[in-house]
Amino acid sequence: MKKLTLAIVTAIALNSALSSAHAADYIIDSKGAHASVNFKIQHLGYSWLTGRFNDFKGTFSYDENNPAAASVSVTIETDSVDSNHSERDKHLRGDDFLNADDFPEAKFVSTNVADKGNGLLDIMGNLTLHGVTKPVTIEAKKIGEGSDPWGGYRAGFSGTTTIALKDYGIDYDLGPASQTVELSLHVEGVKQ
Amino acid sequence: MKKRWPLWLILIHWLTLLVVIGMFASGLWMVDLTYYSDWYKTAPHWHKSVGLLLFAVTLLRLISRAFTQRPPTFGSKFEKLASKLGHSAIYLVLLALFTSGYLISTADGRAIEVFNWFAVPGLGEFIENQEDLAGEVHFYLAWTLIVLTSLHGLAALKHHFIDKDDTLKQMLRLR
Repeated sequence: MKKLTLAIVTAIALNSALSSAHAADYIIDSKGAHASVNFKIQHLGYSWLTGRFNDFKGTFSYDENNPAAASVSVTIETDSVDSNHSERDKHLRGDDFLNADDFPEAKFVSTNVADKGNGLLDIMGNLTLHGVTKPVTIEAKKIGEGSDPWGGYRAGFSGTTTIALKDYGIDYDLGPASQTVELSLHVEGVKQ
Repeated sequence: MKKRWPLWLILIHWLTLLVVIGMFASGLWMVDLTYYSDWYKTAPHWHKSVGLLLFAVTLLRLISRAFTQRPPTFGSKFEKLASKLGHSAIYLVLLALFTSGYLISTADGRAIEVFNWFAVPGLGEFIENQEDLAGEVHFYLAWTLIVLTSLHGLAALKHHFIDKDDTLKQMLRLR
């Protein structure tokens, strides 16, 4: 009996070791724009203002059998901010907000991932923005994975997190309703 | 009778001076307005409106100037050459200011409303992040224009008080 237990434990351990060894690396398909980095912030407390960052790149590693071993890293070019209004984008890139000249990149690098089951993940990591690095948790959801029609293999996720602008040293006063920004990421990775 | 500057060119000259000073001050001031300032929307709106109207006036001025024989000039050969170059530079910088300002606000293809009176259509983006580059150019050109205008004014005062010639009087319609 003891031997059987040991065998099972070994098998499970081996299996998980093998599957984590099989964790696939993906490159986020920013080239084909099957990925987006969006933000939204309240305008005066009366509506949502949405925008996005057009230029970013990133990679992730993911294994369906061991989601907790997943990792992700995304680098965003801050001067690619696009809120569909060039005068506002100029303001956002300037000293009052992103200061894209001094801080051309924003970055998220995961540190660990909690598997919540049903394709839900808490991705903990560090977000660097405006020269400040702070831990954030992205609540993510796996959307799907599988072969694409052109011979590749893809997996996609979406995730959101909310950050306080002040935490990142951005203190231009947009009013009490506009202290936080919700970031949402939709990423599709192509397996390497 | 001696040649004089036509009255409308004199009026445009002094109007341009007032507008240039006002645009320079309002431009520096408005970019630092807080979001809840009463002027946050109004100041840029007026700045753009006045700028585009001055653009139109300047085009008319240049056309008119091309068909006007100027009154006599004074000073050495070098002064006359410097004056010619200086005036050309002022006109060029003015035109570049109008253009760069226009390129900031129309980078996304939006039109510019002139006092809710008419709209000047946008031509869109010619280069990436056009509003940023155009903004930088606009800023440095504005300073350049202020420096050129100051030199222009000092030169006029020099003609008047040191050389005691008619240069400034001509522009004041006193000669």
